[in-house]
Amino acid sequence: MQVDMHKVLLVIQREYLARVKKKSFLIATLLTPLIFPAIMAVFVWIAVEEKENQSLRVIEVVDETGLFFMESSDQYAFSSSVTNLEEAKALVSEGERYGVLYLPKMELSDPKGIQFYGLENPSTSLIGYLEAALKRKIEDQRLYSKGIDPKVLKEIRTEVTVQSLTLGDAGEEKITDATVNYALGFLSGILIYLFIFIYGNQIMQGVIEEKSTRIVEILVSSLRPFQLMMGKIVGIGAVGLTQFLIWVLLISTLSTLVMGVLGMQMPQQQAMEMTNPELMAATPDTGEFGAILQVIDGIDFVSLVSAFVFYFLGGYLLYGALFAAVGAAVDAPSDAQQFMFPITIPLLVGYMGLFVFVLQDPSSSTSFWLSIVPLTSPIAMMGRISYGVPFWELALSMGLLVLGFLGTTWLAAKIYRIGILMHGTKPSYKTMWRWLRSSS
Amino acid sequence: MLEIRQLNKTYGSHRALTDLNLQVPEAGIFGLLGPNGAGKTTLIRIINQIIEQDSGEVILDGQALSAEAIRKIGYLPEERGLYKKMGVWDQLIYFARIKGLTSTEAKQRVNHWLEKFEIASWKNKKIEDLSKGMAQKIQFISTVIHAPRVLILDEPFSGFDPVNAALLKNEILELKKAGTTILLSTHRMESVELLCDQVAMIHKSRKILDGSIREIKSRFRPLEISASLSQLSQELPAAWKIEASEEGKVDLLLPLNGQSPNQLLRELMNFGEVISFQERFPSMEEIFIQQVNASGHA
Repeated sequence: MQVDMHKVLLVIQREYLARVKKKSFLIATLLTPLIFPAIMAVFVWIAVEEKENQSLRVIEVVDETGLFFMESSDQYAFSSSVTNLEEAKALVSEGERYGVLYLPKMELSDPKGIQFYGLENPSTSLIGYLEAALKRKIEDQRLYSKGIDPKVLKEIRTEVTVQSLTLGDAGEEKITDATVNYALGFLSGILIYLFIFIYGNQIMQGVIEEKSTRIVEILVSSLRPFQLMMGKIVGIGAVGLTQFLIWVLLISTLSTLVMGVLGMQMPQQQAMEMTNPELMAATPDTGEFGAILQVIDGIDFVSLVSAFVFYFLGGYLLYGALFAAVGAAVDAPSDAQQFMFPITIPLLVGYMGLFVFVLQDPSSSTSFWLSIVPLTSPIAMMGRISYGVPFWELALSMGLLVLGFLGTTWLAAKIYRIGILMHGTKPSYKTMWRWLRSSS
Repeated sequence: MLEIRQLNKTYGSHRALTDLNLQVPEAGIFGLLGPNGAGKTTLIRIINQIIEQDSGEVILDGQALSAEAIRKIGYLPEERGLYKKMGVWDQLIYFARIKGLTSTEAKQRVNHWLEKFEIASWKNKKIEDLSKGMAQKIQFISTVIHAPRVLILDEPFSGFDPVNAALLKNEILELKKAGTTILLSTHRMESVELLCDQVAMIHKSRKILDGSIREIKSRFRPLEISASLSQLSQELPAAWKIEASEEGKVDLLLPLNGQSPNQLLRELMNFGEVISFQERFPSMEEIFIQQVNASGHA
């Protein structure tokens, strides 16, 4: 019907504009992409500040073996002004030293009794630093005692990092990084979960508003209930899509900017490491950031974003219809709680499954089923997709999701049609079942 | 003219309407009376095409209702509301367009009504920022914005303050004068007697009474006389009731009991000076209650 389609468009337009025009929408849409980089920037800034303000910590070394020479770094300096542990402890108590590293007489083949004394609990990074340094010294000493030249030793020492690559269908190689894939799966999964909940709730609130104000009675005299319901779902979905697309635009613009800034800083960082060989040795991952950029480069963002849009829309339509049915069944938002259970549980299963199974092992059979079943697939599949999913699985999952939302929409329409005209009676699952089965 | 023919509707085992026939004449106010749950809302929803009847027909201007007829019908539901967060202008335009008006028509009409109620300055206000009375005006405009031929008002005066109620009453009468057919569903009898030309009473899914108010009242011939005496000179017969008594005036209620008014008057004269004497017509409310009780209402 020509007339009706035109009215459905009016409904979509109203639902869309009523939300997009709100200040809260504008704020959430513009600020969210800024907040995450802002939070990260604050952390980085704090870390940098801390490093700069950190005073050099002097550690007294009481070496009873006479074999160790601890090299100072820009954080820790080592002195050996006293020979007695008690004197050294006194220095710490007086505040002259940060701590005491006590190296008792020991067998190098079985080093025992090494202790650190301090006024406060030492950080794990300090202990790790000391352990690594001592380990290397002891190993050097033992190799030396077996007759290996220290020069040879220096030559032998190598730094190793493993780069992982995946083979594409056409045999092309892509540099991958599980951390990046994890982060992408994690982010997109959570984003879908949040989108479904936030926008699903908006559908429900909207339906309840129209029902309780009887606006719905004026509207359904002009449109069929199904058209009204779909108009609302589509209108609100368009709001979510708009928000997402603005985010993609803002984030890609921002990250291009940020990367530009970081790219300029990187030579400085390298120069700094050159002048300080100790630091260079301590941080072997010189080019890690560059590697991450390369990994990010290797990810097909176009297909990732398209998959996100598909699963967002599919999941949203599937759950949106259910949210609409719940809104139609109740008189007030407070009554909706009891019917939220069947919606919340599968969503939570998808959400928990994302962390417990999908991100841990994207190709396990649990991950597979979670990403195939329509109720959980929008969240679970997004967790898998950045790791690469066989085409047939993706096709099956997408096909089932389409069938899934057609199914829930059909169910929801039956409840919606009757529910919006019922007032004053608190429905139960039993009455909703009866509405489902009634034909007119 | 709006005509209801042999309308039936059941919900499961519950009969909402049984063989209902109504003729709502053009350019008049038709009162639809009945206790809660009688079937009024079902009838209104069928006329509005919100739900479908099981059998029977609704005929508007000689044609069975169709989707196009919605443009000719305006409906003010009993409990009302508008989109709280939406502006006055956007909201009115939306309802006008949902009813099938073009964008240009809608703007023109909205402007007309805002100017008529002298509220053009509210255009951009949100409903939540308006007082209740202001919102009621907007709601009324939203109901009549598409100039409906048939206006269905469900308990239109409930929740209105006296000033707005008077304004609404005038608007209803003006619309009637302009030729609108108005169906007024209510159980408030004072507004029925004041406004309606014709009424129909529905009870337990069936029509139990209909006709013009004068016709119905005359059908319920007065069985009582209300009279006043200046002073009581002797003891009254037991059947006569004193309604009120004050200095120099005693109001009485006298059952006719088959006598003619003249006979009763002659008798009454023996008890004192007659100041007033008139047939007491039952109010619509009394007829309503009597009819509902007669048809077996608990």
